[in-house]
Amino acid sequence: MSKPSNTSLYMERQKRKRELTYYLVSFFMMLLLTGLSFAAVAMKGIEKHFTAFFIVTLAVIQVAFQLYYFMHLKDKNHGMPALFIYSGAFVAFITVLAFVSIVWIS
Amino acid sequence: MSKAENVETIPAHPETATLEGKNKFIGFWLFLGGETVLFGTLFATFLALRNKTNGGPAAHDLFSLSTVFAATVILLVSSLTSVFAVMAMRDRAVGKMQFWFLITVLLGIAFLVLEITEFKEYLHEHLGYSTSAFSSSFYTLVGTHGCHVLFGVLWISTITIQAFKKGITTVTAPKYYVASLYWHFIDVVWVFIFTVVYLLGIAGR
Repeated sequence: MSKPSNTSLYMERQKRKRELTYYLVSFFMMLLLTGLSFAAVAMKGIEKHFTAFFIVTLAVIQVAFQLYYFMHLKDKNHGMPALFIYSGAFVAFITVLAFVSIVWIS
Repeated sequence: MSKAENVETIPAHPETATLEGKNKFIGFWLFLGGETVLFGTLFATFLALRNKTNGGPAAHDLFSLSTVFAATVILLVSSLTSVFAVMAMRDRAVGKMQFWFLITVLLGIAFLVLEITEFKEYLHEHLGYSTSAFSSSFYTLVGTHGCHVLFGVLWISTITIQAFKKGITTVTAPKYYVASLYWHFIDVVWVFIFTVVYLLGIAGR
């Protein structure tokens, strides 16, 4: 194996700097979304169903940050991982939907 | 190939540089897809049974916002530190990688201590595993996640110790990468747990 050239090392370093920014921005976004969720629940007098819808939406956005930035799903060569995780998420969603709308548990 | 020369010459993404590494990467995502289904069923069970308290304590009698918030922040920060560990791995900085993995493990242990104290408190308030359908589904869902945290702590600890001997090579890099994916996935599951179990439990009185 040959040693990488100076230019490619430089480009690699620049890329890493950009990645670090992405990570930090994602982290603070996730922290913000978490804070918003807790604040929405801590505040009284908001309609219950609205709060539920709001915080579940925030959770989905936060998970997208986690998957795409922290777990690199945004990077190339992540077609199969995306297929696997979305298949899993689809089955999980259908299961949750069925059990939330179930009518014969009283 | 000796360790010393390898550290200098391994490619930018050592975790997927070999066929074996690529297979581990793909295979691990398949596993995570399966884990998503596992947690999906546990969430579904909990959601269907969460109001069946059988005369025992209900969610809003037990949960406190401050404890859950602390646990959430701990796990989120540990997710960031494991990202730093993977960055250090790609920079071929063994010591730095071990440092960030160590912080990740310590935060994981802090999370577990918090969870165990919390469960003890609930037991004290007479919420046993078989008290009600709510308690069984709650302990099963949150406990399964807790077991994943415990497993992650043990796994990351062992590979961090192994790094002293083996360093960062195309053989060891997939292990570090995949372990950090696992740790992020634990945080993904926790995001839904704090939202669906705790926040909706507190809000839905």
